[in-house]
This record gives sequence, structure tokens and C-alpha cells, in this order.
Amino acid sequence: MNISHEWLKAFVPHALTAEQVRDLITAHIATVEGFERTRAELEPFVIGQVMESEKIPDTKLSANKVDDGTGALLDVVCGAPNVTVGAKYPFARTGTTMPEGLVIEQRKIRGFTSNGMLCSSRELGLGDDHDGILELQTDAAPGTPLLSVLPLSDVNLVVDVLPNRPDLLSHQGVARDLAAVTGVAMQLPPELSSIQPIANVMRDEREVAAGGVNIRITDAADCPRYIGVIIKGLTVGPSPEWLRNRIEAIGSRSISNVVDATNYVLHGLGQPVHAFDLKKVGGSQIVVRRAKPGESLTTLDGVERKLDPTVLVIADTARPTALAGIMGGQASEVTDATTDVLLEVASFAPKVVRLGRQKLGLSSDASYRYERGIDDAALPRIAELAAGLIAAVAGGKVEAMLVAGAAPAARTAVTLRPARVSKLLGDTVSADEVSKLLTSIGFAVAADGDTFSVTPPSFRHDVLRDVDLVEEVARLRGYDRLPDRLTASRPSNVPDHPMHVVGRRVRDALVAGGLYETRPLPYAKEPPAGAAPLVRVRNPIGDDEPYLRESLLNTLAGRAEHNLSRMQGDVRIFEIGTSFTPKAGGGVKEEIHVGALVMGARRPRHFTEPEPPAMDAWDAKAIAEAIALAAWPGARVDLVPGEGDVTWNVMVQGTSRGIVRNVQLDAPVWASPAFGVEIALGKMPANPIAAQGTHDYAKGEGAAAGARAAVRYEPLPITPAAEFDLALIVPDAVPAAEVERLIRVTSGDLLEAVSVFDEYRGEGIPAGTRSLAWRLTFRHPERTLRDKEIEGRRSALLKTLQKEIGVVVRTN
Amino acid sequence: MTDAPLSLQDFTSLLSQFHGEAAPAIDAASDADALEAVRTKYLGRAHGWLKDLSAKLGQLEKTDRAAAGAAFNEVRLRVEATLETRRVALTPARVAGALADPTMPARRQWTGAVHPVTQVIDEMIEIFRELGFTVALGPEAESPWYNFGSLNFPADHPAMDLHDTLYLADDLVLRTHTSPVQTRTLQGYAPPIRVLIPGNVHRRDPFDASHAPTFAQVEGLVVDEGITFADLKATLTHFANRFFGKTKTRFRPSYFPFTEPSAEMDVLCGVCHGSGCGVCKQSGWIEILGSGLVHPAVLESSGVDSEKYTGWAFGMGPARTALARHGIPDIRLLYDSDVRFLGQFAK
Repeated sequence: MNISHEWLKAFVPHALTAEQVRDLITAHIATVEGFERTRAELEPFVIGQVMESEKIPDTKLSANKVDDGTGALLDVVCGAPNVTVGAKYPFARTGTTMPEGLVIEQRKIRGFTSNGMLCSSRELGLGDDHDGILELQTDAAPGTPLLSVLPLSDVNLVVDVLPNRPDLLSHQGVARDLAAVTGVAMQLPPELSSIQPIANVMRDEREVAAGGVNIRITDAADCPRYIGVIIKGLTVGPSPEWLRNRIEAIGSRSISNVVDATNYVLHGLGQPVHAFDLKKVGGSQIVVRRAKPGESLTTLDGVERKLDPTVLVIADTARPTALAGIMGGQASEVTDATTDVLLEVASFAPKVVRLGRQKLGLSSDASYRYERGIDDAALPRIAELAAGLIAAVAGGKVEAMLVAGAAPAARTAVTLRPARVSKLLGDTVSADEVSKLLTSIGFAVAADGDTFSVTPPSFRHDVLRDVDLVEEVARLRGYDRLPDRLTASRPSNVPDHPMHVVGRRVRDALVAGGLYETRPLPYAKEPPAGAAPLVRVRNPIGDDEPYLRESLLNTLAGRAEHNLSRMQGDVRIFEIGTSFTPKAGGGVKEEIHVGALVMGARRPRHFTEPEPPAMDAWDAKAIAEAIALAAWPGARVDLVPGEGDVTWNVMVQGTSRGIVRNVQLDAPVWASPAFGVEIALGKMPANPIAAQGTHDYAKGEGAAAGARAAVRYEPLPITPAAEFDLALIVPDAVPAAEVERLIRVTSGDLLEAVSVFDEYRGEGIPAGTRSLAWRLTFRHPERTLRDKEIEGRRSALLKTLQKEIGVVVRTN
Repeated sequence: MTDAPLSLQDFTSLLSQFHGEAAPAIDAASDADALEAVRTKYLGRAHGWLKDLSAKLGQLEKTDRAAAGAAFNEVRLRVEATLETRRVALTPARVAGALADPTMPARRQWTGAVHPVTQVIDEMIEIFRELGFTVALGPEAESPWYNFGSLNFPADHPAMDLHDTLYLADDLVLRTHTSPVQTRTLQGYAPPIRVLIPGNVHRRDPFDASHAPTFAQVEGLVVDEGITFADLKATLTHFANRFFGKTKTRFRPSYFPFTEPSAEMDVLCGVCHGSGCGVCKQSGWIEILGSGLVHPAVLESSGVDSEKYTGWAFGMGPARTALARHGIPDIRLLYDSDVRFLGQFAK
């Protein structure tokens, strides 16, 4: 909402600067988000007084001595015919930039030096008058800034009016609150203060006729009240300067006196009003009704709009003439030829205006206000002011006012305990002050014992309960004047959500492992035919990614391709986020997943290792293990070989939790292969949730949610270990895990550790087999193991391996 | 040739004579060649002095040989240790092959990084945790009742225009704010409640330099007996001072359906410190978060007694803070996941 500082001042004659007004509005009323000085280009101009003037022979020029307040008189040459000694004019000193961009410099004209310029109103951008320089009627001394004597300077305050306060969508509305905050009494601006009441008023509930005009409301639910004012014999033409200034000050364009006057009422008083050219309203009939199927109307913007019964219209005897509360029709528009108008000042139901606006895709200043709620009770008074204003600027005679419909019911009072105000604000606010503050913005306060019965004014639709009144008190006092006190608090009953705790641990592990966390958009393209279905957004932002992703790894693959397209081949990224899956029978299953993708160099390049090896599946396997360790500390984790691109399935305590897989990318030839991990960390609670205190996550969902089991200390060894290596020929069909399992089973309790440290295929190794080298560590807890004991275990082990899985010791 | 048997005393004096000469000689060796000469002289296997001494062991009475042998070994070990110490002192060159130029770079590992938006969320959680807040989460697909109805959004009110909502089904939306978790928390737990609610929210906004259809929000909720607007102001001001460094806060009227009174909190502009500049649009203040006392209707819709309990809540967009703090000009950089961008935020 654009608010002109000067216009506001016409309602509240305060003595504050625009900056002070801005700060007061922001602190108490609504945030001022813009502050734009109009005519800022005229700031450098001052008043200059011509002290001497003499014609330059054979020219139209004069050589003058000008007092610009700096002391010495300046020589100034001027071409205007109306230079008068003793008169004051706008003066541009040398160095001043003219509104059109020219910089005034010292010049020689016909041998005369000129130090500056006396200006016409056209040169200042104030009008087309170029007959001569602009003579100023002022007592101000030479050198005074021009803007301080011309009523041209204004500030446009851009006020962010929130949806609950439609009463602030006008100068009068902001002025009401500003008057309360400043204590300066509100008044009608001079242009409205002398408007007289209309003598000839006709009223009826549904239908009213006078002066040849007939108004009828078909449904009071759509249109509670419709006022028409007949004004005849006016002349459409340019607006007077004061009206043009008002309209232009808020960034609008002046159109004609009648249109400007209706805009004045909209922005000044907050009420949309519409002027019909009465002679173009068929039968002088105003019927407020729903549009009939097949009807259409060409609106003021020249667009023909197809209507249906969701749209409320104003119609004459034959056809719609306006969209009620939205926009007028072109056929009955006021033109230069108009002499008689019917001025509409009406109340339309917010809901019907919204439906029509949505149906037609057409919103306007009027529909914006109707949807949020207007001041219905003020309509007759506003009709009077609007008609009076039109008559004042366009001539004509206000013949009659027709009021169809009823005045709104009295507002329901809200009960307020003044003690509640103090209890909520944490400050002592006396009942007297509460009453005084509420009264200052139009609330009627009636005391009833120790409670108040508070009736909101007709323009406030947002005050429904006591807390709404508490806010009024708080903001009028000023939030900054309320105390701030940090008080002792009781500990929260709510435990940390397990997905937060687990996510945090997993994130720390991955960052420590050199990966970057990402937060990409969760949208996905249509899944390929045959793939599992995804959750679809009904009204997606774009058509390319209308689905919600199920796989975080797919999202990361897209991000990896984005990096490759920017020549970045070392990509180590992860995300902890939501996976969406459609549930059978509707609904969405949400899980928190972690996805990780790695490709490119395993370590940064170093001079000792100029070509570090590229990441491979083993790196991804380690990431999967690190995630599982962080998410399920102490749990048994197995990475079971998978199929196809899935290299491993991640099993936690025997339950499948995720995968490690090769990631196929749309990648350039220089890119290394990509490997990914995706693990489900846990579920999000679904609708509806359980009763108080029994959230499924409060009980702990899966091992991830549980508290960490304490690690048991194992005594440090006091005896030496015995190690030996085994080089085994292992058939390809036998997995290393099986060899390890047998080693463990066969070796007994004294086996402390076993690890595979080499794999070899090729020369000397039979086809269909590979050599795996193992290191076994044995230790007796109490004594040194004898060589014979080790040898015994070794031969028993080799025997079992050969017997059970055909693994033999390597002999070459 | 038969020599007279050597006494133990004579042998130990020979040992101390050996040690008295060898140790200073070793310490005096000024380079590797000198040290090698000294070693040959005293410890050489073929003709060294020590070799001579060991030969003398045989001349001792058998009863003395054990004691003499122990003394001999001790001296030998000591001299050998002295030699080794000197060798290390004289031979930096042995390691210097790699360290010839110690200005060469370290063998570094890849450094990971937490996303800048997550860093803001983490810092917020850290600060509020000191004030007794825990972390609550909730689903992103929500029923309209959780997202709007339970939060006092009047059905059909134009306030709904503020929330351009993505629908998954008639009765399922992508949450437009983290506030539905207020309802879930109030339903799940009795007061006292002090929670911080981080999470992604979704709006039907185009993806451009300053908007994203999905973005993070951090909500805070306090509900207990005797909670007031003074608590709200004090706690959020405390947070602002911890988060932004010593600053000032300003509260101004605002509107949210689920709070009443509602307030927007600003902090002093970090660039101009209040005097007005381009960053703060000349106002001197930067908008940080929306807040207010929990609307009694919100408490009531979750079955909480709004006479007994009061509360306050706030909501903040950590992405905006991250953009401002790091001077990031385009919000899309937060989503692109360009490794050159992410790598800049390694701690």
C-alpha cells in the first residue's frame, strides 16, 4: 500500500518528519518497507531573488544580478520575458543538475557571464508552462531550498499491510492508528471537510427507485448493501492540481477528474467506488445478480470475459454492465462525453468476490479490498463524500442517493479480562490503560465487574477473541516498551527426535571421511516404465520434475552430472533427507535416508603420489560401514554381495537397511566411475499420530533410536601374540567371507584376529582359482604359546579348509 | 704362551679405561667418516679394542668370568648406545632425502564440509540447547488440518494466499512451514515443552535467484505455565546476541494465524550498524524471524488447556541467514551441489 506522507498529514495534522512517521508506523501499525522521496531531483534548487535587471541590446536576453543567499550578487543571463526586479524565482546554481540531466555551468553569453539559471516550471519538470520563469509567491529568504516553499515535496511510504488488517488499505485507515499513536486528533482533509449531506435519500431493503434509476439486489448474501448516487450535469476533464498531486503521489496516473475522484476515495477512504455513465446503463437499471450461463462482458481493460453463475455482476435490463467488486464494463465507462453518472458504493460478500476473481483470473484494487473486508457501516457517509468530491471537481449536481439493503448488524462484543493482558505480556498494564488504548483506535469498552466488554469498530474484522485485543494493547504501547526478562525454565518434556540424533552422528562420520553435505531439491522426473511408482505432486511447479524422489542416490547422481558438466570429476557428496514412497491405498511413506556418492581421486594429489588412484567400490563399501557404525553402534553389520549394479546389501542385525551400488552417470569420457550408498535410517511418524505421550518415535524406532549400549572393557593382553601367514589357493566359487568363517570356527578361542592382506591371480595359480593371503594372530591369555601348539592349529586348519571348501595352501 | 691369570679388578679397570677413551672419542667425531673410524678403532669386529677386551675374558679365573662378562656387556651396550646417538646426530642426511625442502606440502586427506545452511541450523540448536531446548521433527507430507486447520488458519481466508501449497492428494499437502510439528509436539507431550524444529518446507515458488520451492526452516516452540511476551523478547534477543554477536533487536507488529500477538524481530544491520545503507534498504535493521505468543486456538486444537498454559513460538529461514553471512548472491548455489561451492565451507 502506497501512503503519501502529505495526504496522511491531511488526515492527522502532526508536526513529525516523514522519517519519524515511518518509524512510528513500523513500530505500532504495520511495517513500512519502502521510503521514496518524490521530486528528489529538485533538492538542489534554491530561491533566487532578482536585484537588478537590464536588457541586453538586440536580444531577448537580460543581464541580471541575483541574490542566492550566499552573500555576493551573481551575474545571471536570462532569456525569459518576465524577469522582474525584486521577484523571487527557482534558481539553479552552477553545478546543479537539471531534471533532464543538463548540468548548469558558468557560461559567457554575448560577452556577459552567467553563473546559474532562473528556471521555468517546464525546466523543473513541473508542467508545460514555458512562457517564462516561475515567479514564486513567498516570504522565504533567497537561498532557501525550493522544496520547502513549494507544496511538491512528498514521501511515498510503502506499507506492508498484512491480510488481517484490510482497514489499513487507505490513508484514512493508517491515519486512524497514527492519530492514536501520536495523540494528534484525526480530521477530514480540507478537500472533504466542507462536503454537505445529500438531501434526497431513498432507502429500501431490496429494491429502491428514484430519479429514474432503479436498484435491485437479488440476494443479500452476495450483496448486503448497494448505494447508488445520481450526479447530473458534470463535465469530465483534467483534475485540479491538488487532486492530481494526491493521485501521482502514490504512484498512480491521473486520468480525469471523475476517475481521479473515485481513486481518491479508494486510496483515501479505503472504499472501492465505481462511476457508471448513467446514459449507457440500459433502462437506468442496476440489478445485482449472478451471471447467467453464456453471458459475457468486456471489462475496462478491453478483455471480453466469459461469465458463469459463480460470478456476481451488476446488470442493466439486458446484460451485465460490471463485475461486482472486481471491475467495471467498457460499455458504461465514463468518457469525456459523460454528463450524468451513477456512483456505486456497495458492499459485496468477500467469498463471492474471491470466487469470481479466481474464476476470471482477474484481480484489482477493488477485489483485493472486498476479499479482505470493507467498512460496511461507513458506506452512506463514504457515498456522500465521494459524490460531493465528484461534484466539487467535475461540477454537476448530486440529485439523489438510493440505498438498497440494510445496515450491517452491530458487532459482537469480545470479553476481556484486563488481568489477562498483564499475564500474557509479562508487564503490568492497568485496566485504565487497557481501556484508554483500545478506545483510542475506535473500540467501545464497557466495564462489567473486573472484565471488559469490548466492541470492535465496524472496520475491524480481525478481532474475535481476547488475545486479539491483547495484541492491540501491546502494539499501541509499543513492543519495544514491553519488558524482556529471561526467566528460569523447567526442562523440556520432549526428547530429541531419534532421526535428529542419528542424522547428526552419520553426518559427522561422513564429513570426517572427506565428503561434502548437500541439500538439493527433492524433485524427480517421471520414473521409467516398469520402475516403482513415485509420489506425484498434483500441481507441480514445473512439468519436468513433478515427482518426489524416493532415492536420494538418484538425486545425488543428478548433482554429480551437474558437477561433471562443470569439469569437476572429484565428487564426494552426501545428503541426509526424506525419501517419499507411495503407500498402497494412498498416502505417503516417509523415511529419513542417507545417500552418498563418490568418484574421482581417492586422495588429493601430492608430489609423492602425483596420480592418486580413483575411488572404487571398496571405498563405497567403507562408507556404508561407516554409516552403519554411526547409525547403529554396536549392532552387527553385514555387507552381503548383491546383484547387477548393487554390489552389496547392507544388513543390520539381519535386516536389510540399504545398498552399495555402482552409479551409472551420463558422464564424459574423462570421468572416473561413480559409486553410491543409500541407507534408510528410520521412519517419520505418519498420520494420524498416537495419543499424548505415545509417539512411536518416543518408544524408539529400531536400533537407530535406542541408546548406545555401553562398551565392555576387555583386559589388555599380558602375553605375547603368535602370528603366522597362510597363502591359500581359493576356488573362484568360494567367497573370502566363507574362508574367514571357517578359519574362525576351526581355530578356536585363542584366535585373536584374522585378516586377508593380499589377493593374486595369474602365473603359478591354477585357472579358476585365486591366491588369498591371510594373517592369523593367536594369543593365550595367560602364557606364551608354544611352537608346537601353533603348528597343530595350522595343520588342523588346512585340513578342514581342504575338506570343507577345497582350499589348499599355496606352495609356490 | 701362558699369561698370568688376569684379576677381575684389572679387567674392570681395563673396561673403564676403554669406556673413558671410547665415549669422548665417539662424541668428538665430527662427521660420518670420523665416526666410522672411531667405531672401527673401538668396536671393530676384527681388530677393535673391544675385540681385544673380549679375548681377555678367557684369561680370567673361571669363578670371575660371569661377573666380568656382565660388566663387559654393560660397557659394550653403553658404548654402542653412545655410538648410535652420535650416528643419529651426525646423519640428518638419512631422512633428508624427502625433507630436503620442508616447504613442500603435507600429504593431506580430503576435507569434508557441512552445508552452510546446516551450519546455521547447528549453531541455532547449540544456542537454544543451552536454554533447555530439544529437537523435534515431523513429516513433510501433511494433512491440511496439521498444516492449516490446527494452526488457526480460517477456512477460505485470503491469508491462505500467503501459502501457495503443493498438493499430493485432496487431503495431503507438502507442509508449507514447520509449524505442523507444533501441533504434533503438543499432541504428543505434556508441557513443559521447549523444542526447536528444523526441517524442509515446500511452497509453490519458482526456482530463481531469491526463491526456492523447497527450503529449510527452523521453528521454536515454548509452552508452559506463566510464559509471557517478556520471555519471548528476552529469549530471542539472547539468541540474536549469541548468534550475530553483540547486537540490538527490534520487535514490530506482524500477523500469523497461529500467534497472537505476533511480532517480527529485526537485528541491527551488520553493515551499517543502524545508520541505514543499501543492504538494509536504509532502515538500519535486518528482518530475522517471525514470532508471537502461541494462539490459544492452537493450544486448544491439540487439547492443551489454554487458560493454564501459555507459550511462544518463532520461525526463521536459515538459508537467508546463510546467504547474508557468506555473501552468496543466488540461492540456487545452495542447491546446485557444485563441489567448488561446497568445499568453501569446510570447517
